[in-house]
Amino acid sequence: MEANPRKPGRLPAAFLTPGSSSFMDFLAEHEPELLPGRRPLPPVQGAIEAPHGTTIVAASFPGGVVLAGDRRATMGNIIAQRDIEKVFPADEYSAVGIAGTAGLAVEMVKLFQLELEHFEKVEGTQLSLEGKANRLSTMIRGNLGMALQGLAIIPLFAGWDTDREKGRIFSYDITGGRSEERGYAATGSGSVFARGALKKLYREDLTERQALTLVVQALYDAADDDSATGGPDMARRIYPVVTVITDEGFRRLPEDESSEISRAVHERRLEEPDGPRAALL
Amino acid sequence: MSTPFYVSPQQAMADRAEYARKGIARGRSLVVLQYTDGIVFVGENPSRALHKFSEIYDRIAFAAAGKYNEYENLRIGGVRYADLRGYTYDRADVTARGLANVYAQTLGTIFSSAGEKPYEVELVVAEVGETPEGDQIYRLPHDGSIVDEHGSVAVGGNSEQISTFLDQRHRDGMTLPEALKLAVQALSRDTNGGEREIPAERLEVAVLDRTRPQKRKFRRVEGRRLSRLLEPGGGASAGDEDAADEPESGDDGE
Repeated sequence: MEANPRKPGRLPAAFLTPGSSSFMDFLAEHEPELLPGRRPLPPVQGAIEAPHGTTIVAASFPGGVVLAGDRRATMGNIIAQRDIEKVFPADEYSAVGIAGTAGLAVEMVKLFQLELEHFEKVEGTQLSLEGKANRLSTMIRGNLGMALQGLAIIPLFAGWDTDREKGRIFSYDITGGRSEERGYAATGSGSVFARGALKKLYREDLTERQALTLVVQALYDAADDDSATGGPDMARRIYPVVTVITDEGFRRLPEDESSEISRAVHERRLEEPDGPRAALL
Repeated sequence: MSTPFYVSPQQAMADRAEYARKGIARGRSLVVLQYTDGIVFVGENPSRALHKFSEIYDRIAFAAAGKYNEYENLRIGGVRYADLRGYTYDRADVTARGLANVYAQTLGTIFSSAGEKPYEVELVVAEVGETPEGDQIYRLPHDGSIVDEHGSVAVGGNSEQISTFLDQRHRDGMTLPEALKLAVQALSRDTNGGEREIPAERLEVAVLDRTRPQKRKFRRVEGRRLSRLLEPGGGASAGDEDAADEPESGDDGE
């Protein structure tokens, strides 16, 4: 079919047919084999070895929400990559962090970004934050077949809700089940330890700067106890990816800012390896 | 049995062209101008929601005169084409030239197939480059031809007159307020050579701004920002104030 972008010519009828504002729906109708969820799965014996992304953490504060991720990808007990990026802007007012099979997750993020941008261009307006979160659910559900073969993707979605004027966090399970988190959330292999840190340090009235420090502390604790999570790599100057979304939109901390926070946290840990202490009562 | 009338191919094509041109002429004209930092799109449009200009891809925008439902269809087709191409290859592989070719093929096929009514539209596809020399502007009339334009373009009913006016006054290296004022001046001239006033609320203005830090360079210019640019002698510092005013986003909504 000349639908194929590889064969230039007249726009095929499907392109000019009024219909959905969703890019995924358009692909499903027009070139279904390009949709990740539609790929036929060969029978596999045993687990598939592929790089896995590990820990993502998020925390909200009165003016927005912070989303951060460590930089390690592992394959079994091997470090597959030391500087992988697992936190991406989804659009102007939201971001997504991914734990799980890195290759598939990055592809899903690319399609998710395109889905939001496509809707925005066609409709002339953005999807609601709730709508974006639901769209991500659908995509994860489409990956269920592969998830059951061991290639799961578990994202964390955070954004600024322009209607309610607050930052919100959504977490997912492999079936696409989505739940809104209050205050903070973590996903991935180091999330158990990160969540413990977040629970002890989180307060509702954090400033943006405190929220940024909080997520770095949580990632530090995750890396401390989970071998699959990477801590700040001082020797190679690789620091966590830290992003913040406010009513001014998405912002990724430039390297000098994220390294400054990581270094400050690391300096304190040299004196107190277990991190800041919370009151006993 | 009655004999069908014989119509020569030349005559049939001429009739179709006239039909399309008349349809386009019923709509209002719009102009597209290059300025130092990008490309500006200006048109008279009383509607806030039904746009004549829109974003297609990172550096590419679309402008159209003529029948709304027809160009809206082409616009969405273009967005689908660009997004699919960018998804299949890479964002850098989506170009205005590629898009213009696809539009030309589409319009040309429709125009010359006897079974279909020719589209009553005239399009502009523009891409902003890293430098003014890298800017590309393509004009696509109803019959599917492509014209590679530089400096200034006008499409729509009154376009020939407006083009002549612009050709004489447009120069390279204009600032945004200068280009915008020239565009409004050109659009305000009616067919008899008289002038009328177009209030700012009836103007639709958008830019492809190469200085935007985001990868998506398309931006609508509305409200206070637009009135500031239109002030006599104003808009000199508009660029700096802009950033603080509104959150930047590539979207259409404000």
